[in-house]
Amino acid sequence: MLDRVVIAFSWISAVIIVGAVCAIFGHIILNGAGTIKLSLIFGDVAPLDALLLKRQVLNGLFPAVIGTLLLILISVMWAVPLGLGTGIYLAEYAGAISKKIFNLFFDILAGIPSIVIGLFGFALAIFLHKNVSNNIGPCLLISSMALAFLVLPYIIRTTQVALEELPREMRLTALALGATRLQNIRHVLLPRALSGITTGVILAIGRCAEDTAVILLTGVVAMAGIPHSLMGSYEALPFYIYYISSQYTSPEELLTGYGASLILLVLCIGLFSAAFLIQKRLTYITLYRA
Amino acid sequence: MSPTREYLYEKGFLFSAILSGSIVFLIFAFMLIMGLPLFKGNQVVALIKNDWLPARGVYGIYPMVVATLAISFFSLALAFPLSLGCAFFSGSIAPPRIARVFRKMIQIMTGIPTVIYGFVGIFLLVPIVREFTTSTSGLCIFSASLMLGIMISPTLILFFTDSLEAVPKSFLDAADALGATRVQKLLYVMVPQAKKGILAGLILALGRALGDTMVALMIAGNAARVPESLFDAARTLTAHIALVIAADYESFEFRSIFACGLVLYAFIALMVLGVRWIGMTNKR
Repeated sequence: MLDRVVIAFSWISAVIIVGAVCAIFGHIILNGAGTIKLSLIFGDVAPLDALLLKRQVLNGLFPAVIGTLLLILISVMWAVPLGLGTGIYLAEYAGAISKKIFNLFFDILAGIPSIVIGLFGFALAIFLHKNVSNNIGPCLLISSMALAFLVLPYIIRTTQVALEELPREMRLTALALGATRLQNIRHVLLPRALSGITTGVILAIGRCAEDTAVILLTGVVAMAGIPHSLMGSYEALPFYIYYISSQYTSPEELLTGYGASLILLVLCIGLFSAAFLIQKRLTYITLYRA
Repeated sequence: MSPTREYLYEKGFLFSAILSGSIVFLIFAFMLIMGLPLFKGNQVVALIKNDWLPARGVYGIYPMVVATLAISFFSLALAFPLSLGCAFFSGSIAPPRIARVFRKMIQIMTGIPTVIYGFVGIFLLVPIVREFTTSTSGLCIFSASLMLGIMISPTLILFFTDSLEAVPKSFLDAADALGATRVQKLLYVMVPQAKKGILAGLILALGRALGDTMVALMIAGNAARVPESLFDAARTLTAHIALVIAADYESFEFRSIFACGLVLYAFIALMVLGVRWIGMTNKR
């Protein structure tokens, strides 16, 4: 009797969650698939003119797509060197106690809600505005810094774990042959940990692409066009989706919202699948080739 | 490589670690300094206890604290049994091939952007809720909890499945030798062994629910008053931060959002310490 109840309960749970996933994907795909055309991105402007920035795209997603790409690029540029250095320090240099303390810090950093990090970025912008220069306000630069803080724990963790998981013999061979600690890290350990580190970077890119709460407070606006400088405001895909959901004025506008959702969904799912693929290869390598 | 270079690199790594670690303090310090004027006299008590009535100059965050706790609690109450069932399914009940596909799907699900959950919530879930409940707009605690419950489930499921599968094989063999059925093995061997992992997963999911902004902002209705039923509109702390755009940076209204930030920060820090504490006792 109990057996049957438990089995039924697990099957029902699984069916509910599968149903929910299908509903989410189905809703976005059914409504969004029809909108996927060149005009969704470029509006009335010829694609080449838009790409060469000859003419401004006013009724397409082009500025939002460019905004999101720039945001990802700049945030990752901040976060990767810092995260990589920190991860290497934690895995290879830190003593037991300092490692414990740092781990606690990064656990907290990983848990801080993104809106709080956004609020921090906003406060930072106000602070800089008051004390450094009147030209600084919420902008692409501040957003990218705040996003970098958001994804930093991912990169630190994956780097640290990828290095710590390497077998002990591999760690010792080069040292025994007379290599220094740094040579060992650079020529032996890092190349072996590369796929794990790549996974972290891909996850970080996905997080930068999807996060809305951080940029909401740090400089994204609805009709900014292509950002002219790091100090300018910008558009982004996730914010566009949020904006359309509350401010749409016509069914056509809502449809572009579905189009944007589909693009963002495909982008994020693609990145996640790639990360999992590489992760699988990582275990494959450590299991069979080390 | 020269010893100086070796030394410089090591200090460089140490420097980046210190820089990354200091961010945690920097965020806390900024919240505290920006919110400092709130801590004069009896204002703190008023801030936490009062309602949000900007027209009368009363800026309390009590309704938002209640809404945050309510939505997190209900989403977890929904996600917990669902995720436990799914973890049973992928960890023991389902045939191996189906379990593998199921696990893949759950992993992929963690990659769905939160704004998409909100978007689907508005245009698919909310109209249904409007149709079948007493909520007039459909934007209410119930809708938000439902969507949030779905959103935090993948994290819970993956965490639960991992803890179920971490049970030593010898324990399972012993149960098999005693003639236990699949379900008996699951309930009397795997679940008791995985209890701490399940608790840790619950705390982490609670953190995600508390910290979510977009789902609550988009489908909870954002009414800044204490909700009285599941079908009332409500505003969470996170949505409150996103919504208050005061022109005057010195105003009490503007300062109060940093109090929200501090409350959320404190919740999360407590949770991380809780998970750590469970981990510590686990090893002994």
